[in-house]
Amino acid sequence: MNTMNFSRRNFLKVSASAAGGLMLGFHLPQAAEAGAHGAGVEINAWLTIDPNNIVSIVTPQTEMGQGAFTAVPMMIAEELDIPWENVRHVFADANRHVNNNNLYTTTSTGGSTTVSRRHPYMMQAGASARERLRVAAATKWGVPVDQVTAKQGVLTAGSNSGTYGEFAADAVNVTLAEEPKIKAYKDWWLLGKEDVKRLDIPLKTNGTATYPIDVTVPGMVHAAVQACPVPEGKLVSFDFEAIKAMPGVIAAVELKQVKDVPAFTDLRSAVAVVAEEWYQAKNALAVMPIVWDLGRGASISSESQNAEALQLLAGPGTLVLNQDGNIGKNLDKGVNHDAVPGIIAASSKVVQGEVYHRPFETHATMMPPCAVADVKADRADIWTFTQDIARSLNEVADQLGRDTQNVFLHQTYLGGGFGGGYNMDVHRQAAAISAEIGRPVKVIRSREEDIAQDSQRPPVWGTYKAALGDDGLPVALVTHFVGEEKMPAFSQRGVANMPYLVPNRRHEYSAVQNHIPIGYHRAPGANHTGFIVEQMVDELAQAGGWDPLEWRLKMTEGNEPWQRILTAMKEKSGWRTDMGSGEGMGCAVVESHGTIAGCVATVSVSRRGQIYIDKLDYYINSGYVISPLTAREQAESSAIWELSHTIFGGLVVRDGRIVNTNFDSYPMARMPDTPPEIEVHLENSENQWWGGLGEPTGPPTPPAVANAIFYATGKRIRVTPLSKVAL
Amino acid sequence: MAITLNINGRDYEIDADPQMPLLWAIRDKAGLTGTKFGCGIAQCGVCTVIVDGNAVRSCNVPAATAVGKAVRTIEGVSENNDHPVQLAWQELTVPQCGYCQSGQIMSAVALLEKTADPSDNEIDSAMAGNICRCGTYPRIRAAIHRAAELSKA
Repeated sequence: MNTMNFSRRNFLKVSASAAGGLMLGFHLPQAAEAGAHGAGVEINAWLTIDPNNIVSIVTPQTEMGQGAFTAVPMMIAEELDIPWENVRHVFADANRHVNNNNLYTTTSTGGSTTVSRRHPYMMQAGASARERLRVAAATKWGVPVDQVTAKQGVLTAGSNSGTYGEFAADAVNVTLAEEPKIKAYKDWWLLGKEDVKRLDIPLKTNGTATYPIDVTVPGMVHAAVQACPVPEGKLVSFDFEAIKAMPGVIAAVELKQVKDVPAFTDLRSAVAVVAEEWYQAKNALAVMPIVWDLGRGASISSESQNAEALQLLAGPGTLVLNQDGNIGKNLDKGVNHDAVPGIIAASSKVVQGEVYHRPFETHATMMPPCAVADVKADRADIWTFTQDIARSLNEVADQLGRDTQNVFLHQTYLGGGFGGGYNMDVHRQAAAISAEIGRPVKVIRSREEDIAQDSQRPPVWGTYKAALGDDGLPVALVTHFVGEEKMPAFSQRGVANMPYLVPNRRHEYSAVQNHIPIGYHRAPGANHTGFIVEQMVDELAQAGGWDPLEWRLKMTEGNEPWQRILTAMKEKSGWRTDMGSGEGMGCAVVESHGTIAGCVATVSVSRRGQIYIDKLDYYINSGYVISPLTAREQAESSAIWELSHTIFGGLVVRDGRIVNTNFDSYPMARMPDTPPEIEVHLENSENQWWGGLGEPTGPPTPPAVANAIFYATGKRIRVTPLSKVAL
Repeated sequence: MAITLNINGRDYEIDADPQMPLLWAIRDKAGLTGTKFGCGIAQCGVCTVIVDGNAVRSCNVPAATAVGKAVRTIEGVSENNDHPVQLAWQELTVPQCGYCQSGQIMSAVALLEKTADPSDNEIDSAMAGNICRCGTYPRIRAAIHRAAELSKA
């Protein structure tokens, strides 16, 4: 939801306390913080001020490493004007949000939107509280409001002075004639500063940050779950008698789809074994005889999908238009798409691209999906892996057929998200099992079941054909991408809105079908199209006799945000294309989430074909940046995320099943694979727009590395992972 | 079967069947949840603890094998979150999601206790068993060097 549909109502006090959000005797270290929340005065649903001037700020988004639990408090503290040392973070109350007309607007956490899309109403919440504190002080002191300043937690008018904490109770009853405007960039004192410490770090260096897997409820038992190994398949039968004498084993529970559609937000057909200890449940499940009806997917493999995609690429696709435009230009105006093939056919200099491909990838968050459910007759309590606490609460209510008033989903830290916390049904599984056995239960997916049950990143294929003019630049271009039918935009957007000014262009799309659930996977879409488009560009530059960086500069002339990035890459990276044999530099630039990110990769390749990534250099233009620290962290993180898939990733499908099962068969980048140098340059266009920063450095990484390998070896990498490519 | 595990200098009487992995004894019996579960096959390192001075993946060794040995977990690294490795981790803002960091810190502590001032290669080798899906590797590498400095002071 991108609309900024906030009203004054959101900033008024909705109810006296966070009912149900802060539970009784459960072992949750955050209860201490929550206590502080209860002790103070709630100015509005976003913040509470206590008598010691400590401000507790609610973050409805999820903290999965990206810094939301710092960014949201920063935005509110900026407007409230309170010293950062006085700010505490508190979890959001999902029940209160859901049952009060989406009190926090949205709890969805994805698409790099927490700052870029949510800042207007979050900053407004801080500004609104500050103004009501000023009115409260003015009323008490009998002075006009405009004589009262609110700065660093202190209200002042002449010789009168008091802390926010002293006026918090009065501020609650203030009604403002109109809401204040939020601050302009030039007035920021906290946002944009380098030295703002993340609030969640201390908890994450001594093991006290609580994740769903750490929650314990009295009387709780454990469950291991196995879904049909071929997605969409159904459970036929299982033999509980065969395992019921095993240590600790309590029950086996069938999990049925709630609806008769293969929706990935629904429960998937599965069976759970419940035992006293989790390893007992897992061991018993591993040997329990289970019969599955494998369904339509059993004949699908990576090879069959590949053959289908190649056949589709040999024919025409459907026309894709540039509907959202890229930063700077909408290039489809005035383009005659139907004329393009004829222009290429008549050309004397045609470049025919080969087929590029990237396979399925899985999230494999370090915390395997896990949920705790305590379903009682009158209420249900849930702790789960989710990137949207309200959506998951609603799913549990749907699963149990309960009113949302009686479902309490407790926010925790997440052991990674990367899109995997959407389309997640582990809380449905836990709720269904707890309801069935009448006891609280903790469901943990084994790593093998995590990979088998995940909503995967879909595969992509793509190719192109272009005609070059006398100057070596393309005059006409046709691309054809094949994606997955369930999420077509993944394979369309990034190619249709490419910024390069090819005068005649046509983008076509086709789709393969399969049974594998797919979902958002850090920088979805851009990580597909970027890999192909940014190598296509290098091939076109080479065919036309252009330096690939100069080609990009020429083809984006007049587009300031892109020129800014490309110029910085040229001037600061030590860019050269004349390195010695076995060494190479490659570049790539991809726009995603409203941010342009460029990568310059430097690689060396040994005579035996061993690839060394010596340096990755990033140039990022996101318009505004509120936290340079987090921006850099996320740039490094996204870079290594995609580097991992470039070198090691790739799920293999055989007989409808994902062959990879764990980190031994789905390896990923480790410390020795980390380039010795990763540099991040924030190159912002004078704060003109709000781009997201959680994902954009991922997409340019694989093509920049592949382009660098080309300059080092003369060999083009058209398929990932590199670990399966012979150099 | 009752066994006694010495964890962070304290004895825990644990009722565990012979198959119980050390990880689950630490988490679900001793109640020390800072040590995490990641893969169950000693491939990712989020379950790393120190047993008699060596970094060990606790997810696939039976708890019984740790009887009579000194087990250290993240909870035993320091009283006040101020071990040089923890201070360096905080100073360089290493954690993101944080889930793997207990294991990373235990591997780093074990490394520095054997090699006071490790080279990049020694860090790469000692930390290769710990996966971080958030990709905090560059900061971990820098923080281990920083912790070595802090330890000297």
